Amino acid sequence: MSNHTCIVVGASHAGTTLALQLRREGWEGPIILISEESELPYHRPPLSKELLAGAKTLDEIRLRPAKLFDDNNVELRLNTRVESIDRSNKTVQLADGAILPYAKLALCTGASVRLLPGSERFDNVFTIRNAADIEAFRPLAREGSRVVIVGGGYIGLEAAAVLRKMGLHVTVIEAASRVLERVTSEVLSAYMTQLHGSKGVEIVTDTLVQELRGESSVELVVCADGSEYPADFVIAGIGVIPNTRLAEQAGLATERGILVDENAQSTDADIYAAGDCTRHPSALYKRPLLLESVQNATDQSRVAAANICGKPTAYDAVPWFWSDQYEIKLQMVGISEGFDELAVRGNPEVGAEGGFAVFYLKEGVVIAADCVGRPKEFMVAKKLVGQRVAVAVDRLADESVEAAALIA
Amino acid sequence: MVKVVFTDHAGSEQSVEVATGVSIMEAAVSNGISGIDADCGGSCSCATCHVYVDKAWLGKLDAMNPDEDAMLGLSTDRQDNSRLSCQIRLRDELDGIAVTTPEFQF
Ligand SMILES: Cc1cc2nc3c(=O)[nH]c(=O)nc-3n(C[C@H](O)[C@H](O)[C@H](O)COP(=O)(O)OP(=O)(O)OC[C@H]3O[C@@H](n4cnc5c(N)ncnc54)[C@H](O)[C@@H]3O)c2cc1C
Ligand code: FES
Repeated sequence: MSNHTCIVVGASHAGTTLALQLRREGWEGPIILISEESELPYHRPPLSKELLAGAKTLDEIRLRPAKLFDDNNVELRLNTRVESIDRSNKTVQLADGAILPYAKLALCTGASVRLLPGSERFDNVFTIRNAADIEAFRPLAREGSRVVIVGGGYIGLEAAAVLRKMGLHVTVIEAASRVLERVTSEVLSAYMTQLHGSKGVEIVTDTLVQELRGESSVELVVCADGSEYPADFVIAGIGVIPNTRLAEQAGLATERGILVDENAQSTDADIYAAGDCTRHPSALYKRPLLLESVQNATDQSRVAAANICGKPTAYDAVPWFWSDQYEIKLQMVGISEGFDELAVRGNPEVGAEGGFAVFYLKEGVVIAADCVGRPKEFMVAKKLVGQRVAVAVDRLADESVEAAALIA
Repeated sequence: MVKVVFTDHAGSEQSVEVATGVSIMEAAVSNGISGIDADCGGSCSCATCHVYVDKAWLGKLDAMNPDEDAMLGLSTDRQDNSRLSCQIRLRDELDGIAVTTPEFQF
C-alpha cells in the first residue's frame, strides 16, 4: 500500500515551520510532527531574555497556537521520541515501540547543550536550552545571590544581563581571550565586555574552569590558573552539539551536523533535514556552514518543505541573528570569519550616542556586519552581503554617507 | 476585546477578536492567520510581520519608532501604509482595524 505521510521529527523553530509550510506548499497526505518535549512548541530566544526576566510567560512565547496545527491537519505528537529510522522499509520507530511509515521524512532534531564535565552530580549546575531549564534555576536566581556563568557566548551573556538586572552578582568565565570569540571580531567583543563591565558583571577571559567543588551543590568554581569563584549556582553556556544520532545510525552522511544539499535533502532522497542539526553548502561563503539561528531554522525549513512537495528550491538566504542585552539591540548579518578588512561606522564606545555598525569585508566585498542599535545599517548590510557588493571601506565608515546610499 | 480584520493578498478576509494590549502580530499568530511569519517573535528584528494598514486607520496609530522604520527599510514591497504588526499594540480605539498581509514576507 502506498503511503503519503510526511513525518517531521522535532517541533521547534525548524520542525514547526516545516510542517505548516508543507500544507502551504500543497502536501495533501497526513503530516505527523513529533516532539520529545512535553510543551506546545515555543520560541527559544526569549528563554534567556524575556522569559528569564519574567517579562513574558511561556504561553506568551508559543510558536503557534495548538489550534493552528489542527486547522492545518498537522498531527502534533508531544512527549514522543523517535528512536530509530529504518530506511529500507521507510519507517521510524518511536520510544514506545510503535512503528510509523513515511513517504518523506524531515529531521529537525536541533542541538543539545554541551555539559560541563563532572557537572551531573551537582544539583545547582544548569544549562539553557529548554523552557524547563529556566524554571529549574529560577528559585536560585534571587537578588544578592552569586551566579557563575561558564562561557561568554550569546546565551551566557544574555543570561548575565538579565540576572544582573535582577540584582545577582554575576561572573562570566570564558576560556578564550575574549567573549563571543567564535562569532565576532575584537571590536564587538571589546564593546560587549565594556558594556557588561559597566553594569557590574565581572568577565574573566583566558580562564579555564578546572573543577566544580562542593558536596551535592557546587560552592566553588576552581580554574586552571588557581583562581576560585564562590557560587550559589552555575550556568554552563559552552555551546551545543547538533543532534545527529538518528541520522548517523540510519547511515546518512554527517559531519558535525547532518549533511544536506542546497535543497535541504540528506544523502537519502526521501529524507530532508533543517535547522541547527544540519550542515549545508553555502553558495555565498563557498563552504559548508552549520548555523545556529532562528533565521536558518525557518528559512531552511521553508526550502525543505517546497522541495518535499516537488518544487525545486535552493537555500541561499543571507544568515542573520539578533541578541538583546540590557537596552542594547544587537543584529548581525553574515559570517565574518575570514574577513581581511573592517570598517567601523559610529562610535563603538559604551555610552556613546547613536550605536555603531562594524562591516567586514573580504577582497573588497562586504561579507558580514555587526550592528548595535543600527537597524538601518543591518537592513542595508543584508542587501550588501546577499548581493556580494564591493564598497570602499571609507564610504562604509563615513557617517555623512546615508546608510541607504551604500547600496546605490 | 478588539476586532482585527485581516485580508490576505488574494483578497480573502478573516476577522479575529483579541484582548487589548496584544499586538496585531500576536493577534494573527494566536489565531492562525497565514501571511504573517513573525520569525523573531516580536522583537522588531526580522521584518517578517509586515502588513499594510487600511488607510482609514493609519491616523489612529502611534507614529513608527525609528527601529521599525529602519527595519521596514528599503523593501521594494514597502508602501506608505506599511507597518510591522508586532509593533502595533491594540487599544480600544483600534477596534475594527483592517490590515492586509503581503504575498511574501521578506
Ligand atoms: C536560550 C537561547 C537563546 C537563543 N537566542 C537566539 C536569538 O536571539 N536569535 C537567534 O536567531 N537564535 C537564538 N537561539 C538559537 C535558536 O533558538 C536555534 O537556532 C533554534 O531553536 C533552532 O531550531 P531547531 O528547530 O533547528 O532546533 P531546536 O530548537 O534545538 O529543536 C529541536 C527539537 O527537536 C526535538 N528532538 C530532537 N531529537 C528528537 C527525537 N529523536 N524525537 C523527538 N524529538 C526530538 C528536541 O527535543 C527539540 O525540541 C537561541 C537559543 C537558545 C537556547
Ligand atoms: S515579528 Fe519580527 S519584526 Fe515583527
